[in-house]
Amino acid sequence: MTAASATLFDKIWDRHKVVERADGQTLLYVDRHLIHDGSRRAFEVLAEKGLTLRRPDRTFGTADHYVPTSSRDVAAIADPEARAMVDAVEVNAARHGATVFGLSDPRQGIIHVVGPEQGLTQPGLTIVCGDSHTSTHGALGALAFGIGASEVAHVMATQTLWQRRPKTLRISVEGSLAPGVFAKDVILAIIAEIGAAGATGHVIEYAGSAIRGLSMEGRLTLCNMSIEAGARAGLVAPDETTFAWLEGRPYAPKGANWESALAFWRALPSDEGACFDREVTLDAAAIAPMASWGTSPEHAAPITGRVPDPAAAPDAERRAGWEAALAYMGLVPGTPLEAIAIDRVFIGSCTNSRIEDLRAAAAVARGRKAVIPAWVVPGSGLVKAEAEAEGLDAVFKAAGFEWREAGCSMCVGMNGDLVAAGQRCASTSNRNFAGRQGKGARTHLVSPAMAAAAAVTGRLTDIRHLAGEG
Amino acid sequence: MEKFQRIDAPAVAMAMANIDTDQIIPARFLRKPRASGYGGFLFHDLRFAEDGAPKPEFALNRPGAAGARVLVAERNFGCGSSREHAVYALWDYGFRAVIAPSFGDIFFGNCFKNGLLPVVLPAEAAAALQAEIEQQPGGWVAVDLERQRVTAPSGRKFAFDIDAFRKECLLQGVDEIDFTLGLAGDIAAFERRQAAEQRWL
Repeated sequence: MTAASATLFDKIWDRHKVVERADGQTLLYVDRHLIHDGSRRAFEVLAEKGLTLRRPDRTFGTADHYVPTSSRDVAAIADPEARAMVDAVEVNAARHGATVFGLSDPRQGIIHVVGPEQGLTQPGLTIVCGDSHTSTHGALGALAFGIGASEVAHVMATQTLWQRRPKTLRISVEGSLAPGVFAKDVILAIIAEIGAAGATGHVIEYAGSAIRGLSMEGRLTLCNMSIEAGARAGLVAPDETTFAWLEGRPYAPKGANWESALAFWRALPSDEGACFDREVTLDAAAIAPMASWGTSPEHAAPITGRVPDPAAAPDAERRAGWEAALAYMGLVPGTPLEAIAIDRVFIGSCTNSRIEDLRAAAAVARGRKAVIPAWVVPGSGLVKAEAEAEGLDAVFKAAGFEWREAGCSMCVGMNGDLVAAGQRCASTSNRNFAGRQGKGARTHLVSPAMAAAAAVTGRLTDIRHLAGEG
Repeated sequence: MEKFQRIDAPAVAMAMANIDTDQIIPARFLRKPRASGYGGFLFHDLRFAEDGAPKPEFALNRPGAAGARVLVAERNFGCGSSREHAVYALWDYGFRAVIAPSFGDIFFGNCFKNGLLPVVLPAEAAAALQAEIEQQPGGWVAVDLERQRVTAPSGRKFAFDIDAFRKECLLQGVDEIDFTLGLAGDIAAFERRQAAEQRWL
């Protein structure tokens, strides 16, 4: 049973134990299994073993990684291998009775946008998906983490996973965020502080007044990049913001069930005095708009900063890492980040493609002109429709931005939306790894407002200055 | 799954921290059928020049590296994307063990499902082994899972910890899905309890 003083994580974990072995391995029950067009291999494993999907009613999916953002026509996918991936998720779901929002469904989108949007993501659930950014769903107080293809097959066959209890890390961000500072800046600042492996082996609970003050979209952005700090999962305690956001969504509980669920959810937050294995505290007011300069998410700095000098790195390992990163990025130590010229802009991905992200970018684009190619890729068909109802598409188009269809797109380029070798992209996505957006592509991670600012100036730009000028 | 008990084989070292799974296998290869083999995609963009020629300075292309089956890596190896193809690529190339001071969590778990042994050595031990292999690419390293011991080319020995359940699964080549299906009764009991307690699910 859960101890008298338990964390949010403890409460979810303890409630989902099916079997706990003496050696500490725990068979954990999975409440929701999310699948996508990269899940083909796991269906193959299932077929090879002659097994069926144990809980099709707990399995939901969409096509996102390989879908075109220029049209909604599967037949229009030129690459036969990519087309086969998109086909496979729909065919496999139909064969096994799972629910999949395919390319022609208005609810299609990035799985980590669609799950919360449909109300599939709820407080207290365990959610897994064969994608590392499954950590996103922790924003609603669900224990959600990414798994590999073998584990996907294991969940398909058994609705469970073998796990060892991770450690807990509470990251408290206290105070108020300054104007022009968003959830993306908060998580980039956290990763810069603790490192890309700073939370390995841990589940993060984000806490503090600045986190409680974030909207649901902001919390989703925050939890999304937990994996970039090494944590498989990130959590935010469910509160009135969560409940208000969830109520009325298609898969959210209704009527008397809503009341029962609500009572259960209200008891989930970490108890007063609950113990975490580690604690980190940040001052919200000290966080500036951030931009990455290297090839790891930990290579990020306030936009007011400069490209660091590897000679000043704190140790030999980081010196080598910074040198390799600057060589790949084509950057010279000491260069002000605001002096870095940008070739193109990508606004989208499971990190930053929700309605609030598009509003923040549109607020910057409104009345200005993009001087470099800039793409806006909504996170789902429903986000796209909502943005269009608000006229955001018109704002973007008037500013010379391209308005595209929903999908993972240029975050990972699996659908052919690529940044050319040597080109520098200001991107609202989550990974600035070498080659992530295309072979030789150079990525600078920023918030949607900062990405839009880069689009209209052609360089990394402190959004606070632009707002002052505008 | 193939059993892992002990290997004694040539090793190579990669002197770079935070090697993410995008480096281990770039995204454009993930759509390839599993049966086609992934060894040629391993570290593709680090390993090959634009014209497809091997980059001579890359660890796997250095003299002595041919036939390596043990990879000695640095901190946070396999971070990032959950793509299990990173493990397929290492396996298909011929690697059977990866030794590092730390790993990305999802990659670490994926290794065990495919018979690839990830060994966590304390930072000092990992650095000492790394230094030996840097000096002598292709030097033989023994990894003994039963005794939880790594032996460097110099004969220096390093002990490592490993989860008992995972160790047993690797030693026996246990298929985890089959093992868990044996617990179907427990899973069904859990589902009945949950259905009664959380009717909204």
